[in-house]
Amino acid sequence: MSWDLLASTLRVSTPLIFAALGGMFSERSGVINIALEGLMLLGAFAAAVGTLVTHSPWLGSAFGMAAGVLLAAVYALFVIRLRANQIVAGTAINMLAMGLTPFICKILYDVTGSTPSIPLHERFHSVPLYLCWALVAACVLWMRYTPTGLWVSFAGEHPEALDAAGIRVNRVRWMAVLVSGALAGMGGASLSIFLSSSFSRDMTAGRGFMALAALIFGKWKPLPTALACLLFGFADAVQIRLQGVAVWGGHPIPVEFIQILPYLVTILVLAGFVGRSHPPKASGTVFEKG
Amino acid sequence: MAFETPAAVELRGLTKRFGSVIANDGVNLRIQPGTIHGVIGENGAGKSTAMKMLYGIFPPDAGEIIVNSKTCVWESPADAIAAGIGMVHQHFMLAGPYTALDNILLGAEPVRCGVIERKKARTRLEALARQYGLPVDWDSPIEELPVGVQQRVEILKLLYRDAKILILDEPTAVLTPQEANELFRNLKKLRDEGKTIILITHKLKEVMSFTDHVTVFRAGKVTGEMPTSQTNPQELANLMVGRKVVLNINVPPAHTRDELAMEVAALSLAGTVAGSRHKLSDVSFSVKRGEIVGVAGVEGNGQSELLQAILHPREPLCRTSGTVWFLGEDVTHWEARDIRDLGVAMIPEDRQREGLLLERPVSENFLLGLQRSSAFSQGGVLNSRNLLAAATQAEEEYDVRPRDLAIPAGKLSGGNQQKLIVAREFQRKPRLLIAAQPTRGVDVGAIEFIHNRIVRARDEGAGVLLVSFELEDILTLSDRILVMYEGRIAAEFARGQVSEGELGLKMAGS
Repeated sequence: MSWDLLASTLRVSTPLIFAALGGMFSERSGVINIALEGLMLLGAFAAAVGTLVTHSPWLGSAFGMAAGVLLAAVYALFVIRLRANQIVAGTAINMLAMGLTPFICKILYDVTGSTPSIPLHERFHSVPLYLCWALVAACVLWMRYTPTGLWVSFAGEHPEALDAAGIRVNRVRWMAVLVSGALAGMGGASLSIFLSSSFSRDMTAGRGFMALAALIFGKWKPLPTALACLLFGFADAVQIRLQGVAVWGGHPIPVEFIQILPYLVTILVLAGFVGRSHPPKASGTVFEKG
Repeated sequence: MAFETPAAVELRGLTKRFGSVIANDGVNLRIQPGTIHGVIGENGAGKSTAMKMLYGIFPPDAGEIIVNSKTCVWESPADAIAAGIGMVHQHFMLAGPYTALDNILLGAEPVRCGVIERKKARTRLEALARQYGLPVDWDSPIEELPVGVQQRVEILKLLYRDAKILILDEPTAVLTPQEANELFRNLKKLRDEGKTIILITHKLKEVMSFTDHVTVFRAGKVTGEMPTSQTNPQELANLMVGRKVVLNINVPPAHTRDELAMEVAALSLAGTVAGSRHKLSDVSFSVKRGEIVGVAGVEGNGQSELLQAILHPREPLCRTSGTVWFLGEDVTHWEARDIRDLGVAMIPEDRQREGLLLERPVSENFLLGLQRSSAFSQGGVLNSRNLLAAATQAEEEYDVRPRDLAIPAGKLSGGNQQKLIVAREFQRKPRLLIAAQPTRGVDVGAIEFIHNRIVRARDEGAGVLLVSFELEDILTLSDRILVMYEGRIAAEFARGQVSEGELGLKMAGS
């Protein structure tokens, strides 16, 4: 494997890792986060707009994370406070983000397709890549060594035990979902202001779901999840490399077919391994006292 | 002298309603420090409700909670914990994949610089474990520890939080007799070290053997409070049920017919791992009509496997070899439906999983397995008028409470769920009855009732196979007793031939 391909793998894995770590917080606390896709998409959009406005990728990604937190708060309100079904509410959040981003884009820039291009010197060049791996390490330590890490685990595995120990389960879940929104927002930001030069419509293209798949494949643990993201990232990098190069019977293979590759890997991995991966026991359930 | 010491806990006029139901109605209760205090009552009598209020799980509608002479208002269990109260719930509050240590620390982690100091906690726990004789493997995931040790972890959790008052909700429901004895030895030790222990139970034997004082609940009220030494099981049972209960029903001698109700020959089930001991090896016995055959044994000696093999002989997972006859027919390869149509009734071992649809109304649960009978369905359409009439009558006859056919079966108390199953199964007028753990988790009044019904079924000509861990069931009901040990029939006795002590020894394999 060439160094090029490795570098490319690391780069395209970055948004996945952020989003998957975000998903980990939420899911370990017992809230299924199928809304990752929508959180990422809104984050990508807000980060692009923020960078265009402030001319700083740092402030831009803060915009992205704030947007993620905001949308995650809406999600938490529905599933924790109002006890809505998590799959249905998550899907609604995804659709909301899909509709909201081109709508606001149209208001701001009078086009629905994409934001204006961000100048090269105002984009991130490598920061998110290092940041996401630092975050992986932080998450490993945090889950293992801090009280809040333990609380999140118990909120998802046996919420009644956490409640009996005097910790408020829903407060822990709220925090976890908000953190999840911030990280998914950062994942989106690294898509729009690190890997590309603008936000374009539906640019996440299923990466939120791929992050979920990585989370399942990684058994909801930070390091294995990040490695699973690398696998999907590798498939993506290979796919990019093969475009226009791969040949079948003298003709180049259409790009559309090559682009299937990462999704194909996702399906194969999930079909092959999901049976051996057990989610937190209380995931997807509403916590009620008594 | 006892009157001089202030009570560790006092409840005054505690009242709690859930909707239209009064769970607690002016409950008064005094618990002396340094005693084991039994709180008994039938399922749904309100004893757990009172204790949950004491532990801050929900607030009382009226009344006072006084702990160590201070009136307390709890916002959450955290407040009760801070006041030195701890509770071991009936269903353990432990997360399976995490270690014993983490389960104990949860919510009370010693922290330095934001990091949990596991070493410090461990040192302290090891000292506690030594002091009270409660050894635990701290680093094992909870799910790998036996139930008895899990309970030890729960108790350590309370001691770690400096609880002075320990509430245990039905602690022996999940334990084997040996584990239960060990638990009570430990509880006595805790009491002698100055802890106050509140034991919620419906087992009279436990109250009589291990408590200093006892409070009886019935229908949300306290109906009696006395030192244990001044009462007896009969009095307690009467106070619990509110009428005179016959603790040991008188079973007339059997009029056994020559006809066989069931027979199994050389029934075996290989172990799941190659080379491991057979779960059932070469089990052969028969049950005649008009006879009750009891299978005794310590849990895990093949009783569950025997039941599964008898009920699902077609399944290779349930039976590797052997033959099963019901009422003269070789049913080894029959479908469950055809077996049931022979006139076989069954009280399943796990009533919630195998006996009921918990989410569905009582009326539908009454219909389970009878849905094809011509009384309740014509041409594939249910006759709900007949069904409701029959179910109403059965609820009346079998005293299933509340008398409401529309509520989900899961909302009934354990004893009433069991009565519902008994009502349904006896509706079949069985010629063969297979009763597994018929009185598990059922209170004294219902035990008497279920025992009487089983005897009546026998006297009406049914053969009864009774499988139970409760020696009381076995000794009261069985005309013949089989003892299972390590997947074999280890001994056989006729009624009256064996004492409880001897039976216990045989069950332990000697």
